[in-house]
Parts: sequence; C-alpha cells; structure tokens
Amino acid sequence: MGSKYDVLVIGGGNAALCAAISARRGGASVLVLEGAPKFYRGGNTRHTRNMRCAHDAATEILTGPYTEEEFWEDLLRVTGGQTDELLARHMIRESKDILNWIVEQGVRWQPSLGGTLSLGRTNSFFLGGGRAMLNALYLTAEQLGVEVEYDAEVTDLVIEDGMFLAARLKRPIKGETEMRATALVAAAGGFEANIEWLKQYWGEAADNFLIRGTPYNRGSILKMLLDKGVQEVGDPTQCHAVAIDARAPKFDGGIITRHDSVVFGIVVNKHAQRFYDEGEDIWPKRYAIWGRLVAAQPDQIAYIIFDSTVVSSFMPTLFPPIAGQTVAELAGKLGLDPAALEKTITEFNAAVRPGTFDHTILDDCRTEGVTPPKTHWARKIETPPYLAYPVRPGITFTYLGTRVNKEARMLMADGKPSANMFAAGEIMAGNVLGKGYAAGMGMTIGSVFGRIAGREAAKHARN
Amino acid sequence: MTVCNSCRYCEGLCAVFPAMEMRRAFSDGDLNYLANLCHSCGACYVDCQFSPPHEFNVNVPKTLAVARAESYAAYAWPRALSGAFARNGLVISIVAALSMAAFILGFAALNDRGVLIGVHTGPGAFYKLMPHSAMAVLFSAAFLYAVVALVMSVRAFWHDIGAPIGGHADGGSIFQAIRDAGELRYLHGGGVGCYNEDDKPTDRRKLFHHLTFYGFLLCFAATSVATLYHYLLGREAPYPWWDLPVVLGTLGGVGLIAGPIGLLVAKSRRAPELLDENSYGMDVGFIAMLFLTGLTGMLVLILRETAAMGPLLALHLGAVFALFITMPYGKFVHGIYRFAALVRYAQERRSEAGS
Repeated sequence: MGSKYDVLVIGGGNAALCAAISARRGGASVLVLEGAPKFYRGGNTRHTRNMRCAHDAATEILTGPYTEEEFWEDLLRVTGGQTDELLARHMIRESKDILNWIVEQGVRWQPSLGGTLSLGRTNSFFLGGGRAMLNALYLTAEQLGVEVEYDAEVTDLVIEDGMFLAARLKRPIKGETEMRATALVAAAGGFEANIEWLKQYWGEAADNFLIRGTPYNRGSILKMLLDKGVQEVGDPTQCHAVAIDARAPKFDGGIITRHDSVVFGIVVNKHAQRFYDEGEDIWPKRYAIWGRLVAAQPDQIAYIIFDSTVVSSFMPTLFPPIAGQTVAELAGKLGLDPAALEKTITEFNAAVRPGTFDHTILDDCRTEGVTPPKTHWARKIETPPYLAYPVRPGITFTYLGTRVNKEARMLMADGKPSANMFAAGEIMAGNVLGKGYAAGMGMTIGSVFGRIAGREAAKHARN
Repeated sequence: MTVCNSCRYCEGLCAVFPAMEMRRAFSDGDLNYLANLCHSCGACYVDCQFSPPHEFNVNVPKTLAVARAESYAAYAWPRALSGAFARNGLVISIVAALSMAAFILGFAALNDRGVLIGVHTGPGAFYKLMPHSAMAVLFSAAFLYAVVALVMSVRAFWHDIGAPIGGHADGGSIFQAIRDAGELRYLHGGGVGCYNEDDKPTDRRKLFHHLTFYGFLLCFAATSVATLYHYLLGREAPYPWWDLPVVLGTLGGVGLIAGPIGLLVAKSRRAPELLDENSYGMDVGFIAMLFLTGLTGMLVLILRETAAMGPLLALHLGAVFALFITMPYGKFVHGIYRFAALVRYAQERRSEAGS
C-alpha cells in the first residue's frame, strides 16, 4: 500500500497539469503519474503551439475579437454537428477566462507565428511552443507542492461501482505499488500510438501509419476505464490524420514532418494515378483530409508532385524534395512506373485552363476534362527539375473517449455520474469533437476541462 | 537548422529565430551572424521538442556556441594570430604572466631597489615608479593596437554577414542595438531568465554580466577622466577617495570583482550540454583577466600608502596591458561581434517593416 493522496492525476500533458494545478490551488494534495520519462513528459502537448479561446476584444497578441457565438459556429461546422452542444458551449464560455488563468500559471503568449497568420485573431500562441508551456506548468505545479512521478506506468485501476479506489503502477526503480486517492483525474490521452488497437478499425493498413506525436499514448487508461463501466463517446474508427513525409520517424516527428504543398501540385498514388481534387478548398481547411485520403490508397503511400517554380511558395521542409531532371527520372527515384507518371502529368497539363494564380483565395486556375479535376490553383507541371515528397498518413489523435458532464465528471454506462472520477483532454475530447478539427481546439479542451476536473476533484476530496 | 526553420515554435524567444526565418539557405556568413546574435540563454534547448534524446538531436545553443568560437578565429586580424583562439586560456595566461613580470622587473631594473618597495604618497606618487609619459605612450600604443585589430576584424565580419543589404549602418539601427546590448535584451530566455544548471530559469547570469560590463565601463571612464585631469587640469594621480576618477574606479572595480566571480560560478554550474567545451579556456581566461584587473586595481587603491603599492601597481599595469593586447584575440570580441550582429538584426527588421 502506498500513501493516500486527495487527487491522483494520471497523465502529464496540458490537461493533466491544469488539473493538478487547479486541484492543488483548491487545497488538495496531488500526485501526477506521468508514464513517460521526464524528457518526453507531456504527451502530445510537446508538439502543440497554440490554443483557441473566445475573447470579446483584441488583445496584445490577438488581432481581433472572437466571440463565443463565432467559436460555436466554427465548432459546429468542423464537426458537422457531431458535438454535445451543452458541453461545447460551456467549454467555449470557460475558454475566455483560460486566456488569463493560464498566464497566472506561468505560461506566456506571443503574437501569431509567421506562416500561421490566418490564426492571428482566433488562436493564442505559446511563447516557445508546447514544450515551453509544459515547462512553465510543471514549474508552477512543483512550486505549489504537486508531486510528479515519471516513468510511472499504471497497470490497473481499482474501481468499484463507479468509485475509484486505487491505481496499481509499475515503476522502473521503485517497483510496483498501489496508489490510493480520494479522487481520480484521467488525462492520459488517446490510443493513437497503439497500432494494434488502430488495426481493429483500419486493418493491416495501420502498419503503414506514422504517429506524429508521443509514442506513450497507447490508450491503456482509456481502455481500463471503458472496461470498468465508464460510458464511451466518439467514433472509435475516427482519428485526426494528415499527410506527412513518408521519411519521418515512426513516432514523434511532430510539426516538422508535415507538408503544406498539396495545393501547389498534384498528388498520385503508387500507380502514378491522381485520386482526389488537390485544389478543393483553402489549405488550412483541407489540411486534415489528406491523411485519410492517403490511408485509402494502396500501401498507404502517395507522392506530392510539383515543379521547380513553386518551391519557395511554402515553408522549408525538413526532408528535401526528391528531384529529377525529367519526369521519368523522378518516377525512377520514387519507384513509380515512368510511363504512367508521364501520362498522368501530360494529361493533367493538357487539362489546365489559363487563369490568374492566387493561393490565398479560391482562384480561377482549374482543369477541364481530367478526372478527378483540380478545381483551383491548377498550373502546368513543366519546369524541371521535377520534385516530389512521398507522404503517408500521420495520425495526430483519436476521438474515442470517456463521456463526461459539465463538471468533467465521467458518466458510467448507465448514465449515472461517477462519484469521484474525472477526465480531461484528449481522453474525453470526443465529447466536444465528434469529428473534424480546428487548430488549437485540443489545447482548449485540455486546459478548460483540466481546470474544471481539478477543481471538482479537489472539491470532492475535501468534502 | 533545417529542423528549426520548418518548426519555428521558438521564433518569439529571441532574435536568432526571426533572423533565421528571413533565409531559406545559410551561407557561412549567415551562420556566423546567427551564432553571434545568440546570447546562449538556453531557452530554445529547454523548449525544443526535438532536443536530445530525441532522434533529431537539435541543440541550437551548442551548435551556435561552436560556430561562434570558430567565427572569432575566422575574422581575427592579422590572420596569422587567429591560432590564438585555439588554446586561448593558455595564450592569455602566458601573456598575462609575462606582462606582469615585465612590469615588476622593469620597475626594479629602472629604479633604485628602494623605490619599488618604498612608500610613496602625494600627487605623482605612481610616477616615481614609472614616468607618466612612458605609461601614457605604452598604454596608448597597446590600446590603439587593440582598436585597430578589432576594427579590422569586425569589418571582415560585417562584410560577411551584411552582403544582402550591405553598406553602412543607420543611426536608428545602431541606437536599437545599443539598447538591446545595454540591457542584454536577449539574455533572458524569452522573458523568464536564462537556463543554467537545470530547468529553472534565473536572471543571475544577466546580473553578473551587467556588473562586469558596467564595471568595465566605469573603470574605463575612471581612466579617461584621470587622463583629462592630468592633461587639462594638470592634476596628478593619485587622487583623494572622493574625487571622480577614484569614485568611478571604485564602483567599477567592485563590479569587476563581483561580476566575474558570479560569472565563473555560473559557468562552472551550467549544464554542460549547452556549452562548447572547447571554448572553456577562452571564456575563463577572459573572465579571469577582468577579475585580475579589478582586484589589482582595488588593492592598489587600498594599499596605495604602504610599501606594497609598488609591486601592486606593477601587477595592475601588467594585467591591464595584457588585457589590452589580448582583447582582439579572446572572449572580449564577443561583445563587438554580438553588437554588430544586433545592428544588422535591427537593420533587417527595419527594412522588413518598411517593405
């Protein structure tokens, strides 16, 4: 038997730390169990950089107001209505105060980053990025007296009738133990790094997925909770997937493996065939569909093909493009059939209609007589060297989670609220995000529900 | 650098990252520019999701520290002396020792034995050991040499980093750079302080650097005022304790003793992964020289009415002389290059804002 805490927080990212700090400020003794080693602490928060919060007026870092109503409309649009309105509106209302609260916890903001100016009004950026934010939260938590254990793998949860009693954990040095607490906050992320689990929904294709974030989000806590009677929420087959460089590491490649060059060229599969309209919509909006599109292609691989005229149109990339002086040479380097790629590009070029290129609007550069069409930003690919990025689906996060109410309290399968179990962050994001995504929303869910969960858990523990 | 330029999360931390973003490819000059713009606060290492043990192994402070040390040697004038940077600690110590010994022996050889260890008081007391004119000629020459060597070096640096805009620095940019350098704007970890021995930031290094730098300036001011006294007013040193040169020198001396001690302690504690271990000798050598200058100066002041004054004055003059002639070949240049880099950065920002 280990010692007993008021509040046990499982997880170590934004949601977990906000919960820990808020519970500690609420007068509770708090232990944080982070499954990762210290360097990798914080789950996917390490790779984030901004948060979407409602605000009624421009601030030092935000260029204009972003009302609750507008936030709600954006959320409704990206989720296609798959959201819990009561919970979502509550979150949006609370997000206003988070802008200040998070600063009180030591996190600093900066104006919108270069290359992401389209978010300057709606999203607040962390100075130094997500890891800087985490460092600040950990520092504050430790100064307040929150205890943190790293490499703490939770192997089981003792739950009776919806009541959390203890967590069993395995630690590399201190060995196995049981940690009791009066209340639990589960903030341990999704299961995107658990390839076996992904295979349940995606089959063998999941072997070809790359995981953009932490390798520690294996969903073990989520699974335990669902197995022990917590109600699930969200579509288990859904995950946020974007097209990232196929040469990226299997895990943890983060932001720098992404490609925003789709709109400047064409995308072909391993048979050198195009398969989707590359110019369907303004880039940020379409960013997240390409992961799923590539996942549906044979061997889950695709190639963004463009020519030397557009190289400086997008951000520099970590992995340089693969180049060929001729289309055939490029095809050879990519392992594609040269004749097929030449045919695809020739047909595409022939279909390009004249127009005035402007990548910031839905311009009039489009194709005619080719399937699928490219409806905007279509320009001929004809100036060597010809260039390509190989891409694979990069999984950012999963949507399956535990159902919660406005107090961030988990609901059991029978609909009753748990006596002492709360959830925050990705593990319950599916309550608000049934599908789709808008930049910075994950951090909003983490901070808002983390803060609420910690407060409510402390309240429960003190009673 | 490619990792940094495709990530950009750090761009709000300091000047290095915005400057990096203005470029897609990096020449040697660009790298030297970024390296000297970096104040080594460590924030970008602690905040980086790709720093070791991550497989991308990004360590900007160390990479730039190594590049910085190499840039000092690359721009040294005359070129023949650039090797002085390689084993800088040794070079500085030898020069300092020789210089001090030369002054002691010189005093002893040129004067009666009694003079070196005699008690001298009143105006002109110091000049019984070494005539003022000789002192003035020797130190002016050393100082002028340092200035010429530094000007030549910084010209080469400026040319190398300034190519795209080129030309002369405008007053506004220089003023901006003076402010940025004067307050050590970028030695602040993006606002919270420097990262030193752990992940808890402090402003300690900034404080000690301020003590050292402003201590140095005050001492320089003290010497300048004394020179004016001598030539314009005909008043000879030593001056009473309340007089301007002594007040300035005392304040500066305190800074030059406390500052370097603090910096040395901070350096010895600092996380080794942030540092270029090869420049340890250079860093310590320079800090030690400043400390020695401050310490011997203060001792001369305190003991100037005793028999110890002679030897102490020799030591002090030796230290100052060595400091001057090694200036272009040691850590002193960091301030010059960093200032030039800040001017260049201010220029870039202004031209970007204007375009």
